[in-house]
Order: sequence, then C-alpha cells, then structure tokens
Amino acid sequence: MPAPKQLAERKELLAGGHRACAGCLPMTAMRQMLLTAGKDTVVGCATGCVEVVTTIYPYTAWRTPFIHNAFENSAATISGAEAAYVSLRKQGKIDKKINFVAMGGDGGTYDIGLQALSGAMERGHNMLYICYDNQAYMNTGIQRSGGTPKGTATSTTPAGKVIPGKTQFPKPLTEIMIAHDIPFVAQATPGYPKDFSDKVEKALAIDGPAFINVLTPCTRGWRFPPEQSMEYARLAVKTCFWPLYEVEYGVIKINRKPKEKLPVSKWFEGQGRFRHLFKEANKGIIDEIQAEVDRKWELLLKREELTQA
Amino acid sequence: MSGNNERSIWVMQGNEACSVGAVAAGINFFAGYPITPSSEVAEFMARHLPLIGGRFIQMEDEIASMAAIIGASLAGARSMTATSGPGFSLMQENLGLACLAEIPCVIVNVQRAGPSTGLPTQPAQGDVMQTRWGTHGDHAIIALAPATVLECIELTACCVSLSEQFRTPVVLLLDEVIGHMRESVAIPAPGSYKVRSRPLPSDDEEDYRPFCGGQSDVPPMAHFGGPHRFHVTGLTHDERGFPTMVPEEVDKKIRGIVDKIELKADDLAMNDETMTDDCEVLLFAYGSSARVAKASVGILRERGVKAGLLRVKTIWPFSGKRLKELAPQLRSIIVPEMNLGQLVTEVERAVAGVVPVRHLGRVDGHLFEPDQITDFVLEEMAS
Repeated sequence: MPAPKQLAERKELLAGGHRACAGCLPMTAMRQMLLTAGKDTVVGCATGCVEVVTTIYPYTAWRTPFIHNAFENSAATISGAEAAYVSLRKQGKIDKKINFVAMGGDGGTYDIGLQALSGAMERGHNMLYICYDNQAYMNTGIQRSGGTPKGTATSTTPAGKVIPGKTQFPKPLTEIMIAHDIPFVAQATPGYPKDFSDKVEKALAIDGPAFINVLTPCTRGWRFPPEQSMEYARLAVKTCFWPLYEVEYGVIKINRKPKEKLPVSKWFEGQGRFRHLFKEANKGIIDEIQAEVDRKWELLLKREELTQA
Repeated sequence: MSGNNERSIWVMQGNEACSVGAVAAGINFFAGYPITPSSEVAEFMARHLPLIGGRFIQMEDEIASMAAIIGASLAGARSMTATSGPGFSLMQENLGLACLAEIPCVIVNVQRAGPSTGLPTQPAQGDVMQTRWGTHGDHAIIALAPATVLECIELTACCVSLSEQFRTPVVLLLDEVIGHMRESVAIPAPGSYKVRSRPLPSDDEEDYRPFCGGQSDVPPMAHFGGPHRFHVTGLTHDERGFPTMVPEEVDKKIRGIVDKIELKADDLAMNDETMTDDCEVLLFAYGSSARVAKASVGILRERGVKAGLLRVKTIWPFSGKRLKELAPQLRSIIVPEMNLGQLVTEVERAVAGVVPVRHLGRVDGHLFEPDQITDFVLEEMAS
C-alpha cells in the first residue's frame, strides 16, 4: 500500500479548474481514488455534484475515460463496460488490467440507483462502486435523501413548527451491501486519506465486486465554513457516527477505534443543518441519535469479534 | 416569494405560483423527487402541506413518485407530482397505468432541453409529443401550458379540476423560463377557482361499476377504504375492473378512455388571441415561445404586416377548430417552437393544406428573440 507521500508524487488524474465549491470533500475523495487507481481506470458517474462540477462544457476534469449516464444506473452502465472487457480479454483482443469504477452520490446510490447497484453486485462484475455520501441531494438544492441523518434540516425536511428536520434514521446502506455477500465492502472518508486509498487499492485488487461508502462533508449543505471540511469528516469518525471499517469475504475489521468516543453532539456543533437540534424542545432528538449510534457501534464491535473468531 | 400581504400582490416564480394554484385547488398530497428546474415546487409543498394537514413525501425516484400519487388518489386525496425531462421519462409507465385505471392526478413537467440529462437549467418545449405519446398503447391525455406566472396558478387549478372531472392524469407543461420567471401576481382569494370533484358512487349503490364502459362516460370513483370494494389493475379490464381479453370489452375500454377526452377537445380548448381579426399571417405558439411571438406581432404590425397570434393554453387534446375558422383569411401560419417540430404537425393536420404552415425551431437552450421570429415571417412572406 503506497504511503500518502508516494501518492502525492503521482500524476494527478483529476485536473484542477473544475467547478466544485471550496472545501468540497467529494472532490478530495475523487482525487484520492484516482491517485490510487491510476490511469487505466474507466469511470462511470451518475448525475450529481461530482458529474456536474467536473464536466461543465467545454471541459472535463477527467484524465481517464469517463461516462456520465442517467441518474439511476451508473452501476448498470459499468456492468456493461466490464462485461465487454471480459469478453475482449477472452478473445485475446486486450490484455492489460483495467479498473472499472462506478460512482454515485447518496441520492444516486441510496435512492434512485440502488436497484442497479444491487444487480451489479449480485451478478458479480469485477468493479468497484464508490458512493460519495454527502448526506443529501446537494446539486439540486439540498433535498433529503435516504442517506440524510435523522434531525437534518433540508429543503424538503425543513425544521420548523411541524417537524424538527428529517424524522427518519438513514438507510444502513453499507450493511445492505455487506448483506450482498460480495468480496469487499468498506466505509471510509477522505478525512483519513491513507485509510481510504488503502481500501481503494484493496477493492481494485480483489476479484469480484467491491463497494466503498465514503462520507464526504459538504460545506454548502451541512452549513459550515469551507476550511473545516476535513475536521467534520474526522469528527464523524471520532464520534462513531461513521465508523471506519472494512469487510473482506465476510470478516469485519474496524480500522479505527477511538480511544475516547466523542458524543455525536460534538459532530453536530457548528453545522447549520443541525442548529435547531440544540433548542430545548429538540434535545431529546440528540439523545435518540446518540443511543442509535451507541447501539450500532456496540453491534459493530460484536460483529467484528464474531466474524474474526 | 415576497410581497405585500394585505394587498395580496406577490412577486413570485412560476414554480411557486404552480404550487399556490395546486393548494388553492385542494391538492393535499404531493410525492416528488428533486430535479432541476422543478425542485421549487416540491420544496414549496414540503413547507406548506404539513401546515394545512396535507402530506408531502419525498420518494426514492420518479417511478415511485408517480406510483405514490396514484395510490394517494385511490385513497381519496387530490394528488400531484412535479418533475422535468428525465423524471418525466421515468414516470411514463405509471402514467399509462393512471390513464387505463382512470385515476385522477396531476403531473407538472417543467421542461428542460433534452434528450437525456440535456441542459438542466435551460428551457425547451421538447416534451410535447412525449406528453401525448410517452406511455405505450392507445390512450388520451390532457395537457395545459401556461405562459405567465398568473396562469401558472390558474392552469394548475384547472389541471386539478380536469383530472377530477375526467378521472385521468393531467399534465401541466411548464418550461424552464416560465417556471423560474418572476412576475407580480394578485393572489386569488380562497375559493375563487371552481374545482370539480370526481364523481362518487352512492354508498348503497348496488352493482357498483368503477370503470369506463365506453360511450365516453366518466364513471363514479369509489375510494379505497370506503364502502365499495373494487379491483384496480394495469391489465385491460371490464367495467368491474376485472381483467378481460374479450375483444368487444377490450375495444370498448380503450375507445372509452380515449373518447372521454378526445371527443371533448373543442370544449377543452383554451386560447388567447392577439390581433387575429384581420390577420393574414398567424403565429401559432404556446408557453414561453408565445410571449416572444406576441412581441413579434407588435413589430410586424408596425411594419405594416397583418400579423396575429393564436396562443393555445390547452395542448392536449388538440383542437383544430379555431385554426379551421381562421384558415380562409390567412396567407400562412408560422409555428415557433423550442423543438424541431412537434405541435406543428397537429397544426398541419388541422388546416389540411388550406394554408401553408411553416415551422421555426430552436433547440440551443435559449428562448427565441422577437427579431428572429419577425425576420422569419418577413422572409416567408417574401418567398
């Protein structure tokens, strides 16, 4: 596994000058992914922030082959590309190793793209799917998604008199992918770059489908100053809201166990989308979220123990 | 939305006006999915419906949004969704279900340039034929196209009323310009729109028949959870709702859902005319193109050309009645559309060669300019 310093010496495959916001961590995740994957990589991307900001006419930021398809099927499109590659290889028309990476945001993965993702994983294509999870539909103006945390104010779950932000817990997507029994599933964040790039490397080396869910804070949608993106990425891990772990052939390994687990309120503080949760009337919601985070963390520790035994 | 509460004059966007019209017409259920340039409709509904006891649900995609408004309508709600090109494509299968199963609902399509992802924040009128024929199989559809912010309120309310009256899905065809444009409008007082309700069966009606039995009738619609148990299916069905392959019953059903709308085309036609009394050149337009065409009529009149404008608000069912009436006095009909020729084919069919019909298309993501239409008319007249 290359050290971050070695990665930094590689040629950037995501050109600068794209239109992402300052402090956009989805773009940091893209750079880290491409530095690890290298130029022999085919990228498919669903509609979303990353697609929009990297491909504004007449430019592209991608120094790799790149296909933007419709919103709901980047995994299906890459399935087709990968299947054709397998055939060409069999026929002896191509011999080099090519990486196939499909991507979508949380909207394009948790919601509209779940069917295509599930199908691709079940068929067993040799591909990596990366979900860059910024926890809402940011590109269209911050609407809630299946990945939006409970209590979040978005433009379709506005915190006010009737509801205190989103009323549901997010869909456990990483666990849904684990349940697909594919060779490799992981959670990561660009806040821990070495951890993320190691996971990308492992996912691409493994034979068969792989999935990485990458938490990527969004300065506009989460409402914090752009220079704090990395800090909010790390706080999500330090509070165990977003544990870093990987599952290789069913065996769970937690990559980072905080010595001192911070309360989730530490992650909420300073994020405008959670501001209303600190009002007296909504205090119970933070407790409820804390209890759920604790429950899932304890469960993850037990599952790690169980699967490693 | 900003304005003076007391006078009820507001400066608002077409998409907001559409939402205001929907609420005024009693829409109490909205299911949607984010997509530019229609998201403001969903955002308005998310804020507003909970305050009036209605329900907003954000779905996982547009397939689900369309399915949810069908479900809500069957349970008795007045339901609506809003989307744009790619989402409208995903809705087509369930739109066909709503046509066949005669379920009232309203779909707002804020058109953007396509095909595919196209130009998400630029206007087009490229979904006119998709609105008519996007779902498979023979069916009819009602579609209205506003050209002002005030009309977004009025015609949305009208869509709700027509969907209830005819027990059918109705499409409001906006375009990005009308959806995002801001104008000042006087908010109509509550109750100022007459909105029809779906015909209901009486509770004790024996032998209740929920579906169209031909002869272009609109049968009463019971609600799920009410006293009548009835069967809803996307299979072709008889008057009771049970699947049938009997040729006479199938024929009756399909003709029924088409005739109940197509035979009313002239009654449903809503037009707005400018200087058509003595016109020799008729501009035929709708939506944002019609606003530009109106400016062209003014310019052409100043130059001594007897131009007029027929702006249609009802796109489907298409009524050729007014065109036929005007045809004898015309030298030509010019149809500016932000597509490469869609509604123009209906205009040609209506006048059947009596008057030459010329199409002016634009698909570069921009509005026409008055001079472009004016020059086109002048060139046509010279040739």
